[in-house]
Amino acid sequence: MIVGEQKSIAEIREIIAPYRKLLILGCGTCVKTCFAGGEDEVAVLASALRLALKKEGKEIAVEEFTVERQCEDAFIQEAAAHISPGTAVLSLACGAGVQAIARRFAKTPVLPGVNTTFIGVLDKQGLFTEECLGCGDCKLAIFGGICPVTRCAKKLLNGPCGGSQKGKCEVSPDLDCAWQQIIERLKILGQLGNLRVYVPPKNWKSSHAGGPRKLVREDHII
Amino acid sequence: MNTESPGRLQKVLEGGFFAVTAECGPPRGADPVPIRKKGDLLKGFVDAVNVTDNQTAIVRMSSVGACQHLLQLGLEPVMQMVTRDRNRIALQSDILGAYSLGIKNILCLSGDHQRFGSQPDAMNVFDIDSINLVRTVWNMRETGRDMSGFDLQTPPRMFIGAAANPFADPFEYRVIRLAKKIDAGADFIQTQCVYNLERFAKWMDQARDEGLTDKVHILAGVTPLKSEGMARYMAGRVAGMDIPDFVIRRMAGVPKKNAAREGIAICLETIAALREMEGVRGVHIMAIEWEEKVAEIVAAAGLLPRPSVD
Repeated sequence: MIVGEQKSIAEIREIIAPYRKLLILGCGTCVKTCFAGGEDEVAVLASALRLALKKEGKEIAVEEFTVERQCEDAFIQEAAAHISPGTAVLSLACGAGVQAIARRFAKTPVLPGVNTTFIGVLDKQGLFTEECLGCGDCKLAIFGGICPVTRCAKKLLNGPCGGSQKGKCEVSPDLDCAWQQIIERLKILGQLGNLRVYVPPKNWKSSHAGGPRKLVREDHII
Repeated sequence: MNTESPGRLQKVLEGGFFAVTAECGPPRGADPVPIRKKGDLLKGFVDAVNVTDNQTAIVRMSSVGACQHLLQLGLEPVMQMVTRDRNRIALQSDILGAYSLGIKNILCLSGDHQRFGSQPDAMNVFDIDSINLVRTVWNMRETGRDMSGFDLQTPPRMFIGAAANPFADPFEYRVIRLAKKIDAGADFIQTQCVYNLERFAKWMDQARDEGLTDKVHILAGVTPLKSEGMARYMAGRVAGMDIPDFVIRRMAGVPKKNAAREGIAICLETIAALREMEGVRGVHIMAIEWEEKVAEIVAAAGLLPRPSVD
């Protein structure tokens, strides 16, 4: 999933300050799963904002609504009824959702309420970990299903650096060395031979380094 | 400036002599005097001088710039190059520039992560890794081509070094990594500082068993300790460092005013042990901001005079 973290109330208040009418728009997919922008988070944030604004005697109308996915136009349409002239949308979706809303409602200010952090998984309760950089050229087959491009702090493709100690990365004692994990996994799979294979420089053309990407599916174009 | 003849380090190693290299950190400023002073202290005592490349991710005078100052003093530099700060375009370009100045040795590294440096907000690069860099320099030398396959006019013919850390984990992988660096094209290896001789000997045994010591010149790293504090700091805070407790206890066991002398004694004992180890072809003395002690260490270790190879 795409993992995100809600911005602080202080930053959100700064962002919404110029507006008198606010729609807090949740997204029921990734950000719901990581507790950043689903229906529940929309309700909690709306209450907190109403209370804070009331305390200061500020009059801002705060409405709440959540769609299934902010990155798909079919769902975005449902929000139209809640947006009138003068409404600003505080989107609790990932950056893609925020931009999709902005694209759909050209005259409406659309503001981000979430910091999009990474593509990851729920490792255990309360802990999300980054697993994929979306580099566009997946080589997980030779790395035992563990991605060094994402999970090694130096993106090393040819084995662990000299900073790997007791299974931990030199960057932080809280961070597992991805290469230690790759080696352990290759051992289990009986593929330790992969470690001796020279991995050539990565082709970054398919990653964001090649510029913003597009995916064309001719077979879906009618 | 560039010439096709091998550099001093290559001649020393290929001539079968026990090589001595030292490390020299460039200044945090644009004044050439500090690097020249360090160079003066080393001249005549070592075969080549490694110049670090923004070590510990702290901005310093560039390695190539500092190497040029050493060249002017008549010293032979080993230009260290990390893949942390430059993409493949900049790396190759700097290699061409360095060789044009007369820099004949390169040490290919990934580099310390910027998290611990002076500018942790920086974006890192890591376009390629250290082994890719070794292969790139080797390809330039052996095929005359850059990474795009372009035939270079006057390709750089560098003597290629890589690092090895026998003290990092997983231990059983460390010799495989050494083999990979050799296969990629490394001519010489400089290791992390050796304090744990037992583990180093085990790593050397494995390297010998795999026939690697016949394929590459291994220079063992040593760093004289100045104090118990430095020993504790390096043991606890420097990535990939292995300083056994008995070494720290030994540093702690002498009065403070004698600590530096003790550190040098440990260093000399280590060098003596390394010289006895089959397959060790030299020592790399990393006297961190203590370059004035290198001459004393080399002399006391009985490694003078340095061989004449010209």
